[in-house]
Amino acid sequence: METEFTPFMSLLGGALIGLSAVILMAAHGRIAGISGLISRIIPPSTNRKEQPQNLIFIVGLLLAAPLWFLLPAQLPVQLVSSNYLLMAIAGLLVGFGSVIGNGCTSGHGVCGISRLSGRSIVATLTFMGTGFLTVFILRHMAGG
Amino acid sequence: MRFFSTLLAGVLFGTGLLISGMANPAKVQNFLDLFGSWDPSLAFVMGGAIAVTMPGFWLVRKRATPFFSDIFHLPQRSDYDAHLVVGAATFGIGWGLGGFCPGPAITALPLAATGALVFVPAMLIGMAIAKFVALRVWRAASS
Repeated sequence: METEFTPFMSLLGGALIGLSAVILMAAHGRIAGISGLISRIIPPSTNRKEQPQNLIFIVGLLLAAPLWFLLPAQLPVQLVSSNYLLMAIAGLLVGFGSVIGNGCTSGHGVCGISRLSGRSIVATLTFMGTGFLTVFILRHMAGG
Repeated sequence: MRFFSTLLAGVLFGTGLLISGMANPAKVQNFLDLFGSWDPSLAFVMGGAIAVTMPGFWLVRKRATPFFSDIFHLPQRSDYDAHLVVGAATFGIGWGLGGFCPGPAITALPLAATGALVFVPAMLIGMAIAKFVALRVWRAASS
């Protein structure tokens, strides 16, 4: 399944993600690390005072797609696998790995690299590497 | 303003994920499929984000404090441990398998694709397991 190469939309979308990260840092001094925001809501929480902020950010994420329908533009196509088992295993690994590794694509990949954090650069190279490898095995060896 | 700034950041983040194609697992997997139907778009998402965040953070840090908090809550660690690498490696396998990472999965949830409806609860369970079990076991093993 080919997808269209979208350099301009991707750059624009990326810039919005960056703007969001800068707003969160300017307003609250927080890193826009989505796995961190989500996992801190799961008890035991270490800092109760920041819980409302974590929740509100996630509400914002959840509002983005519904708000899109107020716009005259079409929502970009989305193709999600409906293989339950595959998606369940993927979800478990992503959740588990992001907590153990202290971050995900946003916290390490965007915010961490922007701060030139060595830990984040190592993490980003690692998850990109295993991601490439997984898709290679899935598509070119397992015949998927 | 405290709450509105966070809500705005959340909506902007989600909208950015939708516009960029990052919330489309097929596009993510094609980015990771170097030797197949490679779609380099996601490199532009990361590039666009870092191009704004890097100078943005630099400007913000010129202030003594954030607008609504007493301090900047920045990660202090600079050591490289097994958790970081093992966690990131595990995360990457799941990312490749499903094409979702946490932000896009949450953003895609209201679109109610079956894959997303399975992925998000599984991700929350994975996070809970990591918080409760693994960190406790590893802490006990290292002390």
